[in-house]
Amino acid sequence: MAVSRRQFTNLLLGGGLLGWLGSALYPIVSFLRPPKIPEANVQSVKAGLASEFSANSSEILKFGRQPVILIRTESGDFRALAATCTHLDCIVQYRSDLKQIWCACHNGLYDLKGRNISGPPPRPLDQFAVNIVNDEILVSKIA
Amino acid sequence: MGRRRNMAKRTYSWLDERFHISPLIEFMRHKYVPVHRHTVWYYMGGVALFLFIVQVVTGILLVLYYQPDEESAFESVRFITTKVSFGWLIRSVHSWSANLMVFFVFVHMFSTFFTRAFRKPRELTWMSGFVLMALALGFGFTGYLLPWNELAFFATKVGTDITGALPFIGEPVKILLRGGPDVTGATLSRFYAIHIALLPAIFAAILFLHLLFVQRQGMHEPDYLQRLPKEKKKLIPFFPNFLLRDTLLWLMVLNIVLFLAVFFPWELGEKADPFAPAPEGIAPEWYFMFMFQTLKLIPGHVLFVEGEVLGILFFTLVGIAWMFVPLWDLKQRPERRPRPMTVIGVAGIVYIIIFTIWGYMA
Amino acid sequence: MANDQCLACHVEEEYLPEGYLENDIHTQAGLSCAGCHGGDPTSDDADIAMSPAAGFVGVPSRQEVPQFCGKCHSDIGIMRQYQPRIATDQVAQYYTSVHGQRLQEGDQKVAECVSCHTAHGILRAKDARSTVYPLNVPGTCQRCHGDADYMKEYGIPSNQYDDYAKSVHGQALLENQDTGAPACNDCHGNHGAVPPGVASVGQVCGHCHVNNMQYFIASRMGEAFAEEELHGCEECHGNHRVEKTNDDMIGTSDKSVCVDCHAEGDPGYEVAKTIRAQLAKLTQSYDKAIARQSEVQRIGMDDVDIGYLLREAHQSLIQARTLVHTFDPEKVAPKTEEGVVKADEALVAAVAQIKEHKVRRRGLGMATLFITMLVVALFFKVRQMETR
Repeated sequence: MAVSRRQFTNLLLGGGLLGWLGSALYPIVSFLRPPKIPEANVQSVKAGLASEFSANSSEILKFGRQPVILIRTESGDFRALAATCTHLDCIVQYRSDLKQIWCACHNGLYDLKGRNISGPPPRPLDQFAVNIVNDEILVSKIA
Repeated sequence: MGRRRNMAKRTYSWLDERFHISPLIEFMRHKYVPVHRHTVWYYMGGVALFLFIVQVVTGILLVLYYQPDEESAFESVRFITTKVSFGWLIRSVHSWSANLMVFFVFVHMFSTFFTRAFRKPRELTWMSGFVLMALALGFGFTGYLLPWNELAFFATKVGTDITGALPFIGEPVKILLRGGPDVTGATLSRFYAIHIALLPAIFAAILFLHLLFVQRQGMHEPDYLQRLPKEKKKLIPFFPNFLLRDTLLWLMVLNIVLFLAVFFPWELGEKADPFAPAPEGIAPEWYFMFMFQTLKLIPGHVLFVEGEVLGILFFTLVGIAWMFVPLWDLKQRPERRPRPMTVIGVAGIVYIIIFTIWGYMA
Repeated sequence: MANDQCLACHVEEEYLPEGYLENDIHTQAGLSCAGCHGGDPTSDDADIAMSPAAGFVGVPSRQEVPQFCGKCHSDIGIMRQYQPRIATDQVAQYYTSVHGQRLQEGDQKVAECVSCHTAHGILRAKDARSTVYPLNVPGTCQRCHGDADYMKEYGIPSNQYDDYAKSVHGQALLENQDTGAPACNDCHGNHGAVPPGVASVGQVCGHCHVNNMQYFIASRMGEAFAEEELHGCEECHGNHRVEKTNDDMIGTSDKSVCVDCHAEGDPGYEVAKTIRAQLAKLTQSYDKAIARQSEVQRIGMDDVDIGYLLREAHQSLIQARTLVHTFDPEKVAPKTEEGVVKADEALVAAVAQIKEHKVRRRGLGMATLFITMLVVALFFKVRQMETR
């Protein structure tokens, strides 16, 4: 009886130890695996190839928690601006017919430098920097 | 089974031949821990040690993702808690375990004090322990700022301001701590370096000494036990019995830490804005609260001396006196009660508790 | 200026006009007393300096004031040396205003230039201390228009300021100090101040509220309003006391403005009911998702993608509310449906996060189980060792 109890204790000890090791190592190993978004504070975002971005068009990027509008002007320049309208936080869009940035909610208009030029928006849109590295578009915060 | 044992034996003798570990094993085998009604206090230091190990492990993990800069410190902590798998757990465990460690360090210290374990021959063990406690508080102070949230930012501002009130050396020390005249990103870099490089290095060295002293001298026995003949004492071997009991308690503490971390996840708060007005309820970590509250209560000027300076001077002197307790220990006839040292200790605890509560009520 | 004897003497005698400011814009431009009042500023003899021979005109009567200022302000030749782009039509505009016309008819109580701009303490309109700085305009107009006795003989109300101060515009301007918000003059004009007429109400509001105006004009309601000569926006939103809109304004409850004209059984009543239900469906979904999102934030889970979805849902809601002015449920429906889809997606994502949080606790249960097992095993082990 004593032997079997002892065996049982040892079994419990071994099992517990294994379980403990598992439950300690599993979170640690998962923690070490890099997450899908590899950076905490988004400083810059890749936005595809410059050669594939047609002129007089735009795209909305997810810049961390913030939407950013990337515009290629008719002359081929890239501009990046915060995409939230300064009036009521709607997402602005680039109007290829007006060549301006437009908010559909209340008809606010901004020029391509983000300045509010008509409608209710009280402030300009924040600017972001655009760099082209080996044809890759990089949108980044202006320090 | 037999082969495995053989293998172990061979490895052991290989090692022993080179490092002479037999005497160490022999020493351990003859080390006994007395069992009596105060035995429970023997475990407190061990628990603090365990929590320190938890801090090292989780700390190393956090460093992998943490970014010590004004722009991204807060974001990186949020990133750890939201995007990294089990990041929330690691961060929460690090915070909880830090607080529990300070708590157990205090318990360990006071239990040593009340059982008068600091007396000869353990003077250096006490003093090294005091330094470890001071370092633990330093860990807490520097680590508090790292998530760069509003409360921590202002608490650090106030904390370093207090240092600045010291005469002559105050201002230079404050600037040295802050890495400039104000709390900025430079302060964050400094605190980070102190928290993850400087303090761990010093702490590890002193901890090694502290443990070495304990091992060499064995456990302190209370006065009444010392007078008993050896046959009447109940002793258990340090290895493996005491160590296994230690492990048992450590595992229970680990369970508590995990429970707290999961059910009361540490808050992140709001990102610090150096230009925002100080929010309400700026509070240091709880273990600084009694000092903070005392400084608040001292009037602006006491006899040509600035109140704050007086407060700091007071705490510095008390700290020094506390560190050197073994040297001025008031020995009196044992039958005389209450014993003066017990009175001092109780007064200290009561003071800390009352002022901490007061600090949170105010 | 240093040799200006008018000023020297008047300062010495402490005989200065009311509200005199040293940094008055005219003084700063080098125009002293004689610049407007005439006379000879070089003479220290009052009789010579203020003699008609020296061109002294003294204090103009109320009726003369517009022309008195207009001497310079209507002459671009003079004005452009100070401000190349300045307008010079203020006096002409003024005479088209109700104030100007009444002044010409001999009414001595109406406002002329000095009433609003002051006489001797004039500051640029951009100067925050000026009486005509956007934030100060309502107060300036109210000095007369808020005085019930003063206004009695004109038979117009005197509560415009109080109404305005409570309005969404007044709150924005007076409380939030948003100078982009309209003051009195932004709707009524300033020098040419008149009450907006029936035809112009929509245009006045539509100057800023472009979409709302366009939808309204193109709607059946817009046509009917024009035929009935109703005052566009004002009929539902009021004038000075334009309150922040809310969804209760449409529908069939007592708070609705639709039921003022549309009775049960009338097609308009049905439209109001339908649009109201469409909006309610979206706001309900949205509010539900928002509540879940804050729960996600509170428990420290990831809400980034939920935030994006809710942003889109919110945008649909704002657009749907603007589309109310088409008074066409078929135009509102696609927007509200779009919003409901986004809000529901956000809700699903939030619920998934909350579920994930609970799974974590279950995970803890597993870990705790193993640790507890180890604790128990150790306990027995120690006991076995010590009882042996």
